[in-house]
Amino acid sequence: MLKIKDLKVNVGDKQILKNISYTFEKNKVYAVMGPNGSGKSTLAYSIMGHPGYTVDPSSQILFEDEQITELEANKRAELGIFLSFQSPLSLAGVRVYQLIQLASKGKIDPLTLRKKVQAIAKELKINEELLSRSLNEGASGGEKKKMEVLQATALDKKLIIFDEVDTGVDVDALKTISQFLHNHKEGKTYIIITHYNRILHYLKPDNILVIAQGELKKVGDHTLADEIEKNGYENVIKD
Amino acid sequence: MSKPAAPNVDFEYRYGFSMPQNYTFKARKGLDRDVVISISKMKNEPEWMTEYRLKAYDIFLKKPMPTWGGDLSRINFDEIYYYIKPVKEQAATWEDLPKEIKETYDRIGIPEAEKKYLAGVSAQYESEVVYESINKELDKLGVIFCDMDTALRKYPEIVKEYFGKLIPAHDNKFAALNSAVWSGGSFVYVPKGVHVTLPLQAYFRINAEKFGQFERTLIIAEPGSQVHYVEGCTAPIYTTDSLHSAVVEIYVKEDARVRYTTVQNWSKNVYNLVTKRAKAEARGFMEWIDCNIGSQLTMKYPSVYLMGEGARGEVLSIAFAGKDQVQDAGAKMLHFAPNTSSRIVSKSISKDGGRTSYRGLIQVFPGATNSNVYVSCDALILDEESRSDTYPYMKIKESDVSIQHEATVEKLGEEKLFYLMSRGLSKVDAEGLLVNGFIDPVAREIPLEYSIELNRLINLEMAGSVG
Repeated sequence: MLKIKDLKVNVGDKQILKNISYTFEKNKVYAVMGPNGSGKSTLAYSIMGHPGYTVDPSSQILFEDEQITELEANKRAELGIFLSFQSPLSLAGVRVYQLIQLASKGKIDPLTLRKKVQAIAKELKINEELLSRSLNEGASGGEKKKMEVLQATALDKKLIIFDEVDTGVDVDALKTISQFLHNHKEGKTYIIITHYNRILHYLKPDNILVIAQGELKKVGDHTLADEIEKNGYENVIKD
Repeated sequence: MSKPAAPNVDFEYRYGFSMPQNYTFKARKGLDRDVVISISKMKNEPEWMTEYRLKAYDIFLKKPMPTWGGDLSRINFDEIYYYIKPVKEQAATWEDLPKEIKETYDRIGIPEAEKKYLAGVSAQYESEVVYESINKELDKLGVIFCDMDTALRKYPEIVKEYFGKLIPAHDNKFAALNSAVWSGGSFVYVPKGVHVTLPLQAYFRINAEKFGQFERTLIIAEPGSQVHYVEGCTAPIYTTDSLHSAVVEIYVKEDARVRYTTVQNWSKNVYNLVTKRAKAEARGFMEWIDCNIGSQLTMKYPSVYLMGEGARGEVLSIAFAGKDQVQDAGAKMLHFAPNTSSRIVSKSISKDGGRTSYRGLIQVFPGATNSNVYVSCDALILDEESRSDTYPYMKIKESDVSIQHEATVEKLGEEKLFYLMSRGLSKVDAEGLLVNGFIDPVAREIPLEYSIELNRLINLEMAGSVG
């Protein structure tokens, strides 16, 4: 589904990702782990097409066999990619309904969309009042992450990258989010960037990728997460 | 995300069309005493008004041009037509209007709006109000809504009592010019205790080239009454300059409430130099909602004189300056009495080299104890070429007051754009959504039909300048 070839990414003069190649398959759950500053978020931003992250001309990103390396973020979104932000931004005066309505390009009528959003919100235990407020303004960490999940689901994206969806979230919210993602897994590919094992207990990943110093150091099954927890990144990478 | 292409100024200004000029009378170009006298004669005015006009004309000649705000040096007073009478008589129905004038208003959507949600409509075309109507029930309650010329004929005593008392001719050069050549505009009188629930709407249209529109509006809200007056304005796009210079005077008596909403969308060849002032008596509440999207230069600072104890004043404003536009707008609040409060919320957006300024004056006079002042001005700058300035003046001569002033300048960040684009929004949609979100606190105060129009206008402006 998503094929990355020789991915080299710079932010300004600094090379963050050195040479990453990997193929993510359809309908699978992936976890991307690694120490702070290893390049996990850079990977997410590069897949989504952030203009501040310069992808080397020799690198390739293919989504469903289509070359997307040159595409703007909105075009990638239209193909079915979604990035759930590590720190979702607050947008004054912008309501989530407006955003989803615009993003869905009028393919769904406003009433149906409203109902859909309300149903998702209910399942995610999002206070309905939040839906008609400025997006993420004055929202808690958990609420912000839930709103990201809500958008990904309402827009029915195929490949969803969760950049630390479990950071800044309390135990109950984490459980709700994980349960929700588990229930809606069908037909979707998840890439879960995380520091913690917690979320992976709920969403058992098919593969775990370990990134350090901008390189893909190790790939393993779900037991790798336990190993990392027990022995730390340094030891796991060393093996 | 690539850099936006070179700004394309040929965005769709939906109201830029012009119609043939089959006019009843067009004064010769330029201004002198004879032109002033001929306007007054044409209107069969009482002698005091002719005198008033001539005196104002002398003041206009003596007053220097303002040297602040924007560049006024290109205005050539000899190149302007000061009076055009488009039709012989005001029409009783839209159908009675000449075809091209009716079509103009149809395209703007006024007759339809009248049917749906307005209590009264006044349509000014060039110098004269060509159509006006008022809800029959309001008529029975004694509410008067007509053009100033009719008011001067039918209610000379009221007009004489209030006309030019809040904004005398010598207030500034453009108030003097308006006082000399005024024509049209609205007269609104709301009797004691009457609440006009639906808005009264006036629509101002300039059609001719090199034209000056000088409407004169007077609103009197008797004690305990309420009224909401809305004005809109558009003009065709010409390469030559036009001038719009209105004077608006509003009297808010004890416990009365007046809301005055403007959606200004002049074409980019119009100088918009307007003087607006309201006087609020005890517990009276005056609200100006002022949206400036169009014109090449707007200089406008609606003010409220808080004369009575407990009076309140508000100015909520939105300004948008695109390529070659300067919006120098703001507010003035003058506290003369105890327990008075004022609130100014200004939102401005500049793009493609456009320039916005907030220019405000707060004055609290001795004795205006326990008064409350709140000023908040936020500027959003969309690119490196654009500019925004803030000129807040405060003269506080009373110690027992509460003053709050907040100002922010924000650039439309790449992160916010990326966030929205990652959801599938195009850059233009993303910018539009953020800008509309920015103005939302003010836009939500505008009647729904106008706020939709405003959002549409702003989206259009955003879309137009990205290739």
